[in-house]
Amino acid sequence: MPKVTIDGVMIEVPEGTTILQAARMIGERNKADRHVVPPAMCYYTNLKTSGGYCRSCLVKVSKGSDRDPRPMPKPVASCRTNVMDGMEVQNTTSPELLDARKGVVEFLLINHPLDCPICDQAGECHLQDLSYENGTEASRYEFERRTFVPIDIGDTIKLHMTRCILCYRCVKVADQITDGRVHGVINRGDVSEISTYIQNAVDNDFSGNMIDVCPVGALTDRTFRFASRVWFTKPEDAHRSCERCSGRVVLWLKGNEVLRVTGRKDQWGEVKEFICNTCRFEKKDLADWKVEGPRHIDRHSVIGQGHYELETKQQLLKAPAPNVPELVRNKELKER
Amino acid sequence: MGATMQPLTNRSRVVSDKKMTLMERIYLPAIVGGLSITIRHFFRKKPTIQYPEQKRPIAEIYRGQHILKRDEKGRERCTACGLCAVACPAEAITMVAAERKPGEEHLYREEKYARIYEIDMLRCIFCGDCEEACPKEAIFLTDRIVQADYLRMPFVFGKDELVEPMDPTKRVDVSKRQTPDVITFKQENRYAHNR
Repeated sequence: MPKVTIDGVMIEVPEGTTILQAARMIGERNKADRHVVPPAMCYYTNLKTSGGYCRSCLVKVSKGSDRDPRPMPKPVASCRTNVMDGMEVQNTTSPELLDARKGVVEFLLINHPLDCPICDQAGECHLQDLSYENGTEASRYEFERRTFVPIDIGDTIKLHMTRCILCYRCVKVADQITDGRVHGVINRGDVSEISTYIQNAVDNDFSGNMIDVCPVGALTDRTFRFASRVWFTKPEDAHRSCERCSGRVVLWLKGNEVLRVTGRKDQWGEVKEFICNTCRFEKKDLADWKVEGPRHIDRHSVIGQGHYELETKQQLLKAPAPNVPELVRNKELKER
Repeated sequence: MGATMQPLTNRSRVVSDKKMTLMERIYLPAIVGGLSITIRHFFRKKPTIQYPEQKRPIAEIYRGQHILKRDEKGRERCTACGLCAVACPAEAITMVAAERKPGEEHLYREEKYARIYEIDMLRCIFCGDCEEACPKEAIFLTDRIVQADYLRMPFVFGKDELVEPMDPTKRVDVSKRQTPDVITFKQENRYAHNR
């Protein structure tokens, strides 16, 4: 099995693993090593042939392998490059690479409207995170930004093409998870855009997953449109028995009102179990769901403000349930 | 038991019940002493101010009642982005957003606006963090003082009290809050906002 060293952290991975996957394995093995994981905007584990478009996961390969130790001549996309035995990779330890990534972020933001104050994705947007962590403070771009009129694709999904970074994730979802894709990327280069055939409604049982995979606010839930900022809602894990999907979701609550239903995103921001449109758009009553408890939110996230949860689920299980009548009786005995 | 107790301050004195002297018993010298203090205060300069006729000078950048500014065309600047509410240490701000309908472009600057915007003035500590957090330069603190009231409810200010009047003569000037430091700070952000 090939051994790869990323930012000085070594891991042994199966043959055919990409550098990004190896870095994520390091991050999963030890939380303190999370910094070796490059960001990814277009790569999605569950979607075949995804990755390679956004270039934000660039890494520097300072040693190709044990057999051929020459460094790779320029930064490579870690989501599309397989590891070799003895490979040495630099992510955050290479200032040259951080500079390159800064350039990538600037390019991704060239046509992005930065309308975060009105965007429903704000607070859980990967582009926000990426530009906050890797971008520059100012843009040097002085020309008119590419603009599009927002359109409704179906009665549940809104498309803001101005915010799109052309990661192709939604197209791959439609190709691989739903049957009969009716949307795709039309035109080329600077003017390319996600579109449907003459504003055809995307109407499919699993089409709502386009919203979850979208790393920016280009595809948003119309049933949640402007309902609340994400960080004022309470995410709770919940499930229901559904014949189409696993029914395991996250409810975004305000009081007892279900404002939004999404799939469960893992630590890399990817949904592992795609959910159907019935669960996502139609079950907006708390009585439809069995709530499991507060969802774990990273404390660095703005969504974590005012969000309280027990450290681990084990603690919840270990802690004995308080016996209220007994507590009251003990108190009364003491006072006597 | 009392002897073992430590005094909390050095001002405490042990009470004694010794016999009063003649001077103490006739009380008059003590009364005259007390009255002389009272009478002396009649001729001192009074620290009381006859508010509202008379007002104390306040700083130019005094942080008083908030205002939600309109832009030069009279459209509301606030887009209900929620950053003021998340920055608020007292959790005094709440808002509900709504989508702008066609034909309302002269009222709201962007496609989202605050349908309800409330500040609980009893919770507010007038720190100015909301103003600093605002990416749209919509909320400002002004030098107006929040009026007193007998009830709690009137202190929850809604949009009717917070939004600047449409009438150009009734606009509220916040340029004093825009000190050179503030303007340079906001200019650093000019590339991304308000485009």
